[in-house]
Amino acid sequence: MAQSQALTRLAVRTKIQGIRWHRYEGYLFVAPLIIGIVAFIFLPIAASLYMSFHTWDMVSPPELVGLKNYARLVSRDRLFWKVLGNTFKYAGWIIVPSVTFPLILAALLDRPIRMRYLYRLAFFLPLVTSVVAVGLMFRWLYDGEFGLINYSLSWVGIDGPNWLSDPFWAMPAVAMVTVWQGLGYNMVLYLAGLQGIPDHLHEAATIDGAGPFSRFFRITIPLLTPTMFFILVMSVIGTFQTFGLIYVMTQGGPINSTNVYIYYLWQMAFGSSKMGYASAMAWILALVIFTITMIQVRLARLWVHY
Amino acid sequence: MRAARVERVASSRQQQLIANTVTHILLIVLGLAALAPFWWMISTSFKTEFEAFQIPPTWLPLEPTLEAYGDLFLNQPFGIFLYNSVKIAVLGVGGQLITSSLAAFAFARLDFPGKNVLFIIVLSTMMVPYAVTVIPLYIVMHRVGWVNTHLPLIVPAMLSSAYGTFLLRQFMFSLPIELEDAARIDGCSSFGIYRRIALPLMKPALATLGVFSFMASWNNFFGPFIFLDRKHLFTVQLGVALVQRQWYTSWPRLMAGSVVVTLPVLLVFLLLQRYFVRGISLTGIKG
Repeated sequence: MAQSQALTRLAVRTKIQGIRWHRYEGYLFVAPLIIGIVAFIFLPIAASLYMSFHTWDMVSPPELVGLKNYARLVSRDRLFWKVLGNTFKYAGWIIVPSVTFPLILAALLDRPIRMRYLYRLAFFLPLVTSVVAVGLMFRWLYDGEFGLINYSLSWVGIDGPNWLSDPFWAMPAVAMVTVWQGLGYNMVLYLAGLQGIPDHLHEAATIDGAGPFSRFFRITIPLLTPTMFFILVMSVIGTFQTFGLIYVMTQGGPINSTNVYIYYLWQMAFGSSKMGYASAMAWILALVIFTITMIQVRLARLWVHY
Repeated sequence: MRAARVERVASSRQQQLIANTVTHILLIVLGLAALAPFWWMISTSFKTEFEAFQIPPTWLPLEPTLEAYGDLFLNQPFGIFLYNSVKIAVLGVGGQLITSSLAAFAFARLDFPGKNVLFIIVLSTMMVPYAVTVIPLYIVMHRVGWVNTHLPLIVPAMLSSAYGTFLLRQFMFSLPIELEDAARIDGCSSFGIYRRIALPLMKPALATLGVFSFMASWNNFFGPFIFLDRKHLFTVQLGVALVQRQWYTSWPRLMAGSVVVTLPVLLVFLLLQRYFVRGISLTGIKG
């Protein structure tokens, strides 16, 4: 009896001690990650905000200028507005094809057909290829004189422009590369969405006499709107982060017609050594992304069915 | 009546056949459109300069040559570029798998004060554009003498993967907890449980994360571009960009560079494809 009481007491004590120790043990597990995130994300964020209120060329000491960087960007930097406009134009070119083409692919591949696996593979390849390789590939395809695209157009009697050196065509040309690269990724998102649609909805509609087209437009599409919304947001955010493709394909040209946000930011920071100015640009970018996302979330209530 | 039913079955089968054929035709056309640029890249890389500019273009090289590839490896240090890329990817990915699996285990299975707040903070870092952090990061790296070393590309990747932590944590929730409870009752420490039970069970998710991170690291252009400007430190991506600066329209060379830069990542992808697809549908994020 006494022995069992002692045992119980011992068990309780070890349990309490165990709990005390276990309460803080988790910190050891997350420590490396948290240290990394603080050092490489939070401190840089703070530093970036600090720098955006200074001018600094990395040689002479930083000089406090308050909101001047922001004011100059918004009121005096014409190129900044052009670049912002270009970025929106870029987004405008990719939105519709990035939402529709992958949907068509996913709808075709959602059925149990032969060689599905091979088809899927074909649409993935662009996704795993680096922007440098993709950019070079398309520079060659878009070549005005010897490119395959203009050669194909000449078959049907069209005299194609010199895509990447034409101030109008350069942007849509670059945008189509982005669409091509995102096909596989967006397709997988749609396939996942399609699998989430219960079969009985389609069965019920079929019994009620709905044909394949009306089922697609009345059932499948409304139920895929959350996926469409996700793709929309991610595509728009993506356009604000594009650098490599522009660097390889056009260097922002001709006459700044494809100079987009990050590219200009890089020119300011690492070309002209205006670190403070570029930091202010980075913060405006963060604000723009946040605002666009919020607007899209708001608008989503009108057309997304959850 | 029976005949009518047979007829109906037959006609529905016919419809099925037509639908399948149409689907195949559409997919073949679209698939070829997606793949044609790759064909063109490979074909051009084996052509001579002269043949690349021929009109009409040749689908297959008439006189296939390895000249362009020879140029990359003999006149440019592409061997070193490849080594640098592999080194950065392997170290970064390896470290990331360790730190994010440790953190994911704690966030999924252990209880500690402030856990949820901490997790939300970690997640929120995924929304910070790289542009915001890269400038101060560059300045700090400059101060500590890490610019023109591989460290700015390896160390942050090792230590700050919110994406990896998120993916592994999601996966941990789908694993049974009974084994871990049993081990704890038998007196196993938390680290022992992580090491001997959670980690082996997490293998598929670790593979997914590994594939994604490897590709992200291999294909990263902006990072190496910012932090490295000495040739012997270049990654393959920078190497190819360098080739472009030197020979702006030497298409066989440029395409050979593109092939070299694509091949390794393609192999990884073909071998580990299923993990890749799962990664996208598990989190909806590309890494």
